[in-house]
Amino acid sequence: MGAQHIIYMDHSATTFVKPEVVNEMVPYFMQHFGNPSSIYSIARESRKAIDAARVQTAKALGADPDEIYFTSGGSESDNWAIKGVAFANRKRGNHIITTQIEHHAVLHTCQYLEKEGFEVTYLPVDQYGLVDPAVLEKAITEKTILISIMYANNEIGTIEPIAELGVIARKHKVYFHTDAVQAIGSEPIDVKAQNIDLLSLSAHKFYGPKGTGALYIKKGVRIDNLMHGGGQERRRRAGTENIAGIVGLGKAIEMVTADIPGHSAKIRAMRDRLIKGVLTTIPHAQLNGHPEKRLAGNFNVSFEFIEGESMLLWLDDEGICASTGSACTSGSLEPSHVLLATGLPVEISHGSLRLTLGDANTEKDVDFVLEVLPKVVTKLRDMSPLYSKSGKEGGCNVQ
Amino acid sequence: MYSDKVMDHFKNPRNVGEIENADGIGEVGNPVCGDIMKIFLKIENNVITDAKFKTFGCGAAIASSSMATELVRGKTLEEAWDVSNQAVAEALEGLPPIKMHCSVLAEEGIHKAINDYRVKKGLEPWVEKNPPSHEHEDMTCQH
Repeated sequence: MGAQHIIYMDHSATTFVKPEVVNEMVPYFMQHFGNPSSIYSIARESRKAIDAARVQTAKALGADPDEIYFTSGGSESDNWAIKGVAFANRKRGNHIITTQIEHHAVLHTCQYLEKEGFEVTYLPVDQYGLVDPAVLEKAITEKTILISIMYANNEIGTIEPIAELGVIARKHKVYFHTDAVQAIGSEPIDVKAQNIDLLSLSAHKFYGPKGTGALYIKKGVRIDNLMHGGGQERRRRAGTENIAGIVGLGKAIEMVTADIPGHSAKIRAMRDRLIKGVLTTIPHAQLNGHPEKRLAGNFNVSFEFIEGESMLLWLDDEGICASTGSACTSGSLEPSHVLLATGLPVEISHGSLRLTLGDANTEKDVDFVLEVLPKVVTKLRDMSPLYSKSGKEGGCNVQ
Repeated sequence: MYSDKVMDHFKNPRNVGEIENADGIGEVGNPVCGDIMKIFLKIENNVITDAKFKTFGCGAAIASSSMATELVRGKTLEEAWDVSNQAVAEALEGLPPIKMHCSVLAEEGIHKAINDYRVKKGLEPWVEKNPPSHEHEDMTCQH
């Protein structure tokens, strides 16, 4: 790599851990390392720390502390919510509703349940990635036991109308789960007001440590365990608690939800300048996702005639960390299922770039990306046979 | 994930561009699959005197095009026809398994350009020894 300075614009992939969070975690590695299930005093310190983190997490969601269960992260929370509700409510019905744009932790779990005899409806989305509440309501049958719809999409940043969807779920007495992994700290969440029965979150998306997450389970929801073993988490999630991780999650969620409007406004201002700059300086570029209903830090754009992975390699060479929905980075030959679900043509999906801003960024980073990105796009277009073929590169076809 | 050689040919691709009045042109791939290669050959006395390319695709696709054009320059058409996708991949010090189809595309591009030249000259096109890439199900896009 030629770059000396790293410009991190992949906050939706993961975030750095805030120093304040690390400082809170440190004592729980060497000092208060006791197993919370033990009865001696250092174990009581661990127990207290977990209880405090549970209060912090509950407060951030408008939940009660005893509705918060710590897990190993977003994937476990999604697996637990979906499989747990499906198996516990099998006698009531076997139908699950989700969307075509969910994270693979939800989609692959639903596909697994299909093999186990469940029926799954994958709701379509519009060109912006929005689920239509009326379409959800029509999909509900007498056999529907669970609706799982993400709070906000990880690729295109589109924020779903969760409160409206929650009303429909409540009206039909169907459990409503939302994967809120991308939304924590960016959007204000109130599980009671929004009729959310289960909610997944993951600490490393909001400046906490990796390997720690939580599932909110509203009191009274019928759900089976996913992890069987010891009696941790009030007998619902076996395994000795990741104390330091849980402490970190608690501190991180407290910090990130302290001033959501103020924080999001700051990130959004940088992001909007980036969007405007890119779309005005680079021709044949289009914004993916919704123009307004999108996460404050998310920018997803497609550039015609070029492919995403080659863009990432050049950006990486300049020290810019980004991601793409192109097949070429996914280990498969199909581009992003999210972009395809919005109706974006496959060839344009290959040319998508996602830049997700957050606390690692400054206005200078935006300036630098605006300086580098047009050059990268031009360089790749100059060697693309599609660009000259399209007649859009000057010459006799210039307008 | 990529070798230094792949990164070198990606960042400093050799022979990018088009040849005016090329003697043979071969375009392979599909935008739906995320890669298209267009190979241009200048041929004099049965020898490839110049080879250029334009590619839409990932790092491996660009590096494979660059390396393939390097490998066939100065070769007779018979020699160039025998430059296999493995030879392209080996010259790049290896490609990740999922990216091997990029080298297959490069071999096909060269073949197509050679046959374009042969047909223009009124000669029979040569027949591929190996099955075309779309039959390697694990290596190519099915579109």
